[in-house]
Amino acid sequence: MNDVQQRIRQTVDSDDVVLFMKGSPDFPQCGFSGRAVQVLRSCNVKFSSFDVLADEDVRQGIKEFSNWPTIPQLYVKGEFIGGSDIILDMYEKGELQKKLGA
Amino acid sequence: MEIQSSIENKLADALDPVHLEVINESSMHNVPPGSESHFKVTVVSEQFDGQGLVNRHRMVNQVLAEELQGRVHALAMHTMTPDEWFEAGAKSPASPQCRGGSTAAKT
Repeated sequence: MNDVQQRIRQTVDSDDVVLFMKGSPDFPQCGFSGRAVQVLRSCNVKFSSFDVLADEDVRQGIKEFSNWPTIPQLYVKGEFIGGSDIILDMYEKGELQKKLGA
Repeated sequence: MEIQSSIENKLADALDPVHLEVINESSMHNVPPGSESHFKVTVVSEQFDGQGLVNRHRMVNQVLAEELQGRVHALAMHTMTPDEWFEAGAKSPASPQCRGGSTAAKT
């Protein structure tokens, strides 16, 4: 595992719920990232976020890490959950709340 | 329309969908008119039966790997089996509004 992949692993493991996104939760730079934040906030769950626009290595590396070509990406307890459409879909079915223990 | 057609053709060939909808949503975003950068695809296919959402999206991402590495910046995706599609009333959910970050031109 190279440095970037190791760094991503550490970030993923740094909190129970970690969102890799464009921008910050208060100032998302992309509608899909913004929607992911909205959904997590609706679940009343504490989460960490990582702004990939501030780190080009992670922005590219995260795609290899999860074998997933787009941002945002949600991780819960180290497990890759999915991108914006999956997060919303799971939320609407009540599955995300279960996963988050919310 | 070049990228849109290529997305449509590749998905039709690979996933044998009973319903396929590819919408160019680029005009909702901060890109020049006529761009082919943001798409929403709805794929209804028997091949998704028994697969979780992550796997379904991976199947689509794999088919469109070339486009995603190139000019396609965002891909909203709705993947359903024919039964799920019928239950959903044969409609796909709306995509979110742009927040401006796509000027950076990469996903």
